[in-house]
Amino acid sequence: MTDAGKGSRLTGRQRNRLRDSGLALLMLGPSIVILAAFVIYPLIRAVFLGAQRCSVQGCRDTGWGQYVDAFRSNEFQDSLVVTAKYALITVPIGLVLGIALAVLADKYIRGVGIFRTIFSSTIATSVVVASVMWFFLLNQDVGIIASWLGGTAKTPGFLNDPDTALWAVSASSIWANLGFTFIVVTAGLQSVPKDLYESAYVDGANGFGRFTNVTLPLISPTLLFATVVLTTRAFQSFGEVDLLTSGGPRGTTTTITYLAYGKGFATSGDDGLRATVSILLFLVLLVLALAQFRGLAKRVHYGN
Amino acid sequence: MAQVRLKNITKQFDGVTAVEGIDLDIADREFMILLGPSGCGKSTLLRMIAGLEDPTEGEVWIGDVLVNDVLPKERDVAMVFQSYALYPHKTVRANIEFPLKVRKVPKPERAAAASAAAEALGLGEYLGRKPGQLSGGQRQRVALARAIVRKPAVFCIDEQLSNLDAKLRGETRAELIALHQRLESTFVYVTHDQVEAMTMGSRIAVMSRGHIEQVGTPQEVYAKPASVFVAQFVGMPPMNILPAGSIEPGMHLVGVRPEHLRINDDGPLSMRVTLVEQLGHELLVTGLVDGRRIVIRQVADAIPPTIGSDVRIDASNDGRHRFDPVTEKRIDES
Repeated sequence: MTDAGKGSRLTGRQRNRLRDSGLALLMLGPSIVILAAFVIYPLIRAVFLGAQRCSVQGCRDTGWGQYVDAFRSNEFQDSLVVTAKYALITVPIGLVLGIALAVLADKYIRGVGIFRTIFSSTIATSVVVASVMWFFLLNQDVGIIASWLGGTAKTPGFLNDPDTALWAVSASSIWANLGFTFIVVTAGLQSVPKDLYESAYVDGANGFGRFTNVTLPLISPTLLFATVVLTTRAFQSFGEVDLLTSGGPRGTTTTITYLAYGKGFATSGDDGLRATVSILLFLVLLVLALAQFRGLAKRVHYGN
Repeated sequence: MAQVRLKNITKQFDGVTAVEGIDLDIADREFMILLGPSGCGKSTLLRMIAGLEDPTEGEVWIGDVLVNDVLPKERDVAMVFQSYALYPHKTVRANIEFPLKVRKVPKPERAAAASAAAEALGLGEYLGRKPGQLSGGQRQRVALARAIVRKPAVFCIDEQLSNLDAKLRGETRAELIALHQRLESTFVYVTHDQVEAMTMGSRIAVMSRGHIEQVGTPQEVYAKPASVFVAQFVGMPPMNILPAGSIEPGMHLVGVRPEHLRINDDGPLSMRVTLVEQLGHELLVTGLVDGRRIVIRQVADAIPPTIGSDVRIDASNDGRHRFDPVTEKRIDES
């Protein structure tokens, strides 16, 4: 658009493009306004807030070094490790379970619709409901899972044992995200042409061969999408942690978001530090998402 | 030995009958065409030979084996799909090798076989490409190469040419005929295009509404159609059907191919000319006889009648096909 100022000397194509960009701006307008007001402006504010310390008396500048200090702090490093572990548990297990259920339900069997509804139902379940449910399932006094596992689970209980707390929170999260993964993978499966399965079948591929040679490659874009979303969700999950363990025991479930929330940490009551942690989380997620797209995109087949 | 025998085959889908009571013997090394309009059951029949559908009733024999309960991969059958069903994420080479790979053929052996198959179909320089980078005709040949690579006894081929343009269709027809002669295998080919059927088939099975109307060589089907349906489905433009009693006495229908109708001042029928089409190598005159559309094929340099005029037309006795007015089956003059 460098020629835009030359007025009458615009070629027809340039004029058309100018008119098109006006229309594009008009259509994009509403979302630009909303994004600017509720995402971009708060983000910029948070970046500046992250260089301040705040208390009830107000905020004072401490400089950009606060980001580096916060990143190097033991609290942040610990929470980064906890969050990474949490993602490494929830994403692969959630993905494998989601694919398995979707493949099982992707059959033309009478009554399969009931199972599709059941499998996708967790997408309509709020984190709070899921967490409360899992709280009772895992509770050492009344929980059915604890009672199945007998005496080994009696003290101090899954949610209070530093060795199992993160796994317990992960279980709740995997369950809550299963509906999402199931629906996304099911949609991916339905876009695979049936001819390809039949061709592989006649050519002699067994069920596993058809899965690895047809299903997986053809739903790989879907799987990349699900992986990125699940990873982001894992790094942002808060409700499960707050309701099930409140970040404990002994910080074993204190994720980055929970640190930013700041109950019982140095961040408590300090909006500046909380902003610092939030922006650091944003940067971590940005790097992760880029790395995932870069690293996995080569292995993803996007069709013809 | 790979003759294919279908005995009293019936297939129902949720109570809807797709094919019924089909008996068909396909000889070893024959190029059998299943010809019919969409929905006539021809693809269902092909899929039952390949093992993708189980017949509701009846028997499928390949060679001397009853294959009703034999898995597709053990039937020694290759299927080439209308969509070509290439694996979009695999290279041409990997696509062609796939049937051998799943059969655990050693790597050097299958690489050699894939190269040979690709070479035979002129795909040598495309082995490293993916299907998305190929033209429609090249994709079709990859699908064929993937079928021939494991040397099956029977090829089940579904509508290969409908996705190709007219010029490529002609070339591919010729290639398929050459391939059939070279491979010495049994071909079962499904199409709705009577030109494909006439040009490629050793024999044609004309199907309609789940039944076989007629089985015969292209010449037999064209010269002695067994029913009004076959008469009108095979041949372009289709055979004219004249109402009973119009050209000759009797209650039967008379069919006459366009090339057997003549404009003749002494002819028994009057036709109002509605359309004259000069095609270069021939001249088509269309008109109405008692409200029925009739087409006459004339030589290209004939003097065409004026549109809107009335002409007398006639058909030689040899060119007349007689059909029962109720069953629409052929009545053989004996």
